[in-house]
Amino acid sequence: MIEAVVPILLAVMTAATPLLFAATGELVTEKSGVLNLGVEGMMLVGAVAGFVVTMATGSAVLGIGAAAAGGAFLALLFAVLTLGLLANQVATGLALTLFGIGLSALIGQSYVGIPLDRLPRLDVPGLSDLPVVGALVFGHDALIYLSLVMVGVVHWFLYRTRKGLILRAVGENHDAAHAIGYPVLTIRLLATLFGGAMCGLGGAYLSLAYTPMWAEDMVAGRGWIALALVVFATWKPGRVLAGAYLFGGVTIAQLHVQGAGFAVPSQFLSMLPYLATILVLVLISRDQVRIRLNAPACIGKTFHPAA
Amino acid sequence: MRITRRHFALGAAALGGAATLPFGSGRAFAADPLKIGFVYVGPVSDHGYTYQHDVGRKAVEAKYGDRVSTTFVENVPEGPDCERVVQQLAQAGHGLIYTTSFGFMNPTIKVAQRFPNVKFEHATGYKRADNVATYSGRFYEGRTVAGTLAGKMTKSNIIGYIGSFPIPEVVNGINAFTLAMREVNPQAQVRVIWVNSWYDPGKEADAAKALIDQGADVITQHTDSPAPIQVAQERGVWAIGQSSDMTRFGPKSHMTAVVEVWDGYYVDRVQQVFDGTWKPTDTWGGLASGMVEMAPFNPALPEDVRALGQQAIDDIKSGKRHPFAGPFKNQDGETVVPAGEAAADEAILSMNYYVEGVQGSLPK
Repeated sequence: MIEAVVPILLAVMTAATPLLFAATGELVTEKSGVLNLGVEGMMLVGAVAGFVVTMATGSAVLGIGAAAAGGAFLALLFAVLTLGLLANQVATGLALTLFGIGLSALIGQSYVGIPLDRLPRLDVPGLSDLPVVGALVFGHDALIYLSLVMVGVVHWFLYRTRKGLILRAVGENHDAAHAIGYPVLTIRLLATLFGGAMCGLGGAYLSLAYTPMWAEDMVAGRGWIALALVVFATWKPGRVLAGAYLFGGVTIAQLHVQGAGFAVPSQFLSMLPYLATILVLVLISRDQVRIRLNAPACIGKTFHPAA
Repeated sequence: MRITRRHFALGAAALGGAATLPFGSGRAFAADPLKIGFVYVGPVSDHGYTYQHDVGRKAVEAKYGDRVSTTFVENVPEGPDCERVVQQLAQAGHGLIYTTSFGFMNPTIKVAQRFPNVKFEHATGYKRADNVATYSGRFYEGRTVAGTLAGKMTKSNIIGYIGSFPIPEVVNGINAFTLAMREVNPQAQVRVIWVNSWYDPGKEADAAKALIDQGADVITQHTDSPAPIQVAQERGVWAIGQSSDMTRFGPKSHMTAVVEVWDGYYVDRVQQVFDGTWKPTDTWGGLASGMVEMAPFNPALPEDVRALGQQAIDDIKSGKRHPFAGPFKNQDGETVVPAGEAAADEAILSMNYYVEGVQGSLPK
């Protein structure tokens, strides 16, 4: 019985990982006070960069690096426009998504319809063969482990290090942070680049492991879900993890419910992951005060150092 | 280049008119190519639906060379934008315009009224006019062949079907597949998962995994990405491709694919424009007319199964077999089509029930 659940849980992990990467990255960006709505675009550019470089070099490691670089490159454009030229963050973020969709389609034009070998699974001899545990804990591909490690790293960085404290301070009140001498724009630039790189990794997971191919617009709205997860998780890395896995879990579960032939309208089942995730995250974070404590006060506001 | 009599007459007429009507001077010479416009709903690189239409466009170019010049506009959303695109193509002097998605129907009819001298062809729709023809493929005929192979190859007697939206075109595909499958294997069942999207590789892959986890050992799809084929290859089960040959995504698991072929139709219709015999017809072609083809059967399939598949193709082509020949029942056990009859085209185009052998209920 338990063995039958294992493949389902594996599918859940696969479905959750791209969301987890993107949402964790966006969380850091938003914690520094920058609202980058270009997640979908950055994921797409990451996906195509990862695919093209893996294809060209045969090295998945280089591909993953290129994906992170691709996402960060788009984030850099965003940073130049919003931090440097003080453009509106919401408008620029939306434009970045549209730009990312177009740019990735252009780069990927001659790579459509080419299959790629799946990212190798890191099997541990002996351990991977253990029943249930072996399949669930060992034998994933490197990106799944990386996504989980990154949640821990981000949590540790934000809440256990001085640099993390400074980053949060910049997001809470950029004028105060500036007044005591912190380089607000530099910190925000770095946070934005980190967010972009993570979104790129989320995209690479799609094009290298989830469905190893490049297809135009293959992120298919996951960037927007990642953005929503950050808000519903009230800017807490642990809750982002819970939200991403919950969303992935309900997505897979609804497919199983359909396949088993339950008489529930498929349209309703399709919206279930969204409903369930919102509901649960709203419930666990229904304390108004704590939401306000966690939400970066300066999010989306442009910073004028001259003031 | 060949100058037909019609061209010559047209050219002469235009030359005569040119003195008084400078507007017409652009068409003054017989050497002017026929401008043909194509409006696509997706990107030409989708390796599915739009890709196949673009293969047709290229076939027209290859066949007629300098006598035609083609233009295409890709990623056109179904809505007001479409009307603008079609209007622009008509204004730019296109003599023949193909609009290749169902949602382009009303805009096409609207623009056609404004440009009575331009010929329009709309794919998968049902509204026609003096200068608007319609065309579509009987894809369910291909599903009959696929169902035959699947019924023979399944060991678990569970076949997974990934659906896009519960519209008649998809539902009649599921039914044709199931009827053919049950004919060779009355024990087999079809399980349907709707992903409510035409194209979402991740979700299609998830649906394929769910179906395989529930025991399906053949996966078939009415969605456009090759992701389910990749999953089938990884899990070691059979799969059936959609729209175009998807063998390279799963050489071991790809049984065949239902391929949409527009080349022949496009080439013929352009010839009819040249000959002056073009009429606003309604074409619904299947295997016999070559608008639907089966991708080569996987050589790993047993020879008798491949022979059975080929037999199904031949019988449908010759008219000996109708995919919806009675008797067959719906899920409630009511006879829909009695013995000796076959479902009429209208009934196929409005199918809103599952036949016996499909599990679950059809979302309404």
